Amino acid sequence: MMKHFRLAPAILAFICFTITSPASRAESPSVRNCTWCHGGRAQGYSPAPRLAGQRAEYIWHQLIEFNRHTRDNPFSKWYMWPAAANLSPKTVHDLATYFSMLPAQSANDGEIALIAQGKTIYQQGMPDSNVVACVVCHGPAAEGVREIPRLGGLEYAYLKRRLEQWGQGYAVAAGPPMPHIAGNLSPRDIAAIASYLSFLE
Amino acid sequence: MNAFPMGSSIMIFVRHWQRRTLGALSLQATILAAAFATVGPANAVDSGAASQADLQAKIGYCQDCHGSSAQGYRGYLPIPRLAGQQPGYLENQLRAFIEHRRTNNIMFNVAHTLSPAMISGLAAHFRGLHPEPLGGAPRELVAAGENIFQNGVPDANIAACAACHGPQATGTGQIPRLAGQLYPYVIKELVNWGKERGQNPTIPDTSAIMSPVAHSLTKSQIEAVAAYVSYLK
Repeated sequence: MMKHFRLAPAILAFICFTITSPASRAESPSVRNCTWCHGGRAQGYSPAPRLAGQRAEYIWHQLIEFNRHTRDNPFSKWYMWPAAANLSPKTVHDLATYFSMLPAQSANDGEIALIAQGKTIYQQGMPDSNVVACVVCHGPAAEGVREIPRLGGLEYAYLKRRLEQWGQGYAVAAGPPMPHIAGNLSPRDIAAIASYLSFLE
Repeated sequence: MNAFPMGSSIMIFVRHWQRRTLGALSLQATILAAAFATVGPANAVDSGAASQADLQAKIGYCQDCHGSSAQGYRGYLPIPRLAGQQPGYLENQLRAFIEHRRTNNIMFNVAHTLSPAMISGLAAHFRGLHPEPLGGAPRELVAAGENIFQNGVPDANIAACAACHGPQATGTGQIPRLAGQLYPYVIKELVNWGKERGQNPTIPDTSAIMSPVAHSLTKSQIEAVAAYVSYLK
């Protein structure tokens, strides 16, 4: 009985140590290596996208795909392949969880005049051009689910670049369907979608 | 490059139009774009038979959501498996979206641009696909689900699903294949049956047959049946 009594505070301290607040977590070297490019509160710093508030499963999958070199567009190759090269599975999991819990700010940097057109494409697609409605996978507020990324509030330039890259033939980490979908989008469609999304909460 | 003045004028015009309209494309791409621009949308002339190119493009469009082998996908919404589906069921559902017998804004947008020939072509294509089921349902529910599927729930006056859907859940005619269907999709359909199907009072349809079944099954019975069929091949 006495043994358990002394053990309790130790266990409590251990639990408090592991469940630390985001502020104190920011001291960890792994996180500092990320925020160096992705911004102090992971809101993004061009060309590095916002990580704050992103789906944990999506971040986790992308770090694995950087490690395997299956996400192969230029910025990924130059910056993220080395960055993700030496991360252990546990670190990958912890980083993904950490960033997913940070509050996200919207970039609000798209072209305002294109928002309405972007919203229409997002919610209804363009059946005559065989473009599906983004909402079906990415959700009504572009919040994503499971491994499907949150798009709401990401930077206009980043969203635009990703859509262009798939149309150019760069791989998407998790496989179809984004390259095929993006291949059906005109430059104006891309600008409209990216603009609309950049203003979402 | 062209020696004739007329040709040069045409070239100058084409380049001017290209820069204004299309931006920095190669000349070859511009000529191609101009050629296609004069053809017009394919479905404006509904000549009956869907061209192979149009059909293939439309199949790619369906598969963007329904999966590269139409196995279904768990997006924000569960997107059902179309692979191996009964053509009679698929065609009826596409018409149901158009006629507002079945309520679904996304699928109405998709379906109302499809010609009857295109609908037949799509149904025939998906019937021939046989990917593995997506899986993922709780395994512990399968035994109870099999019992309900094969024997019904006599106390609640619910017939065995197998009686209409077939012992292997492959369906027939307008009765859908359930084998390999997505677990969350089957649940969603059964739970929302009365709110989504048979919505056009002026066009009664076969979905009425399922209404008493969907209504009488409890949520846990629905989940069990959904889990069972989701693993069937």
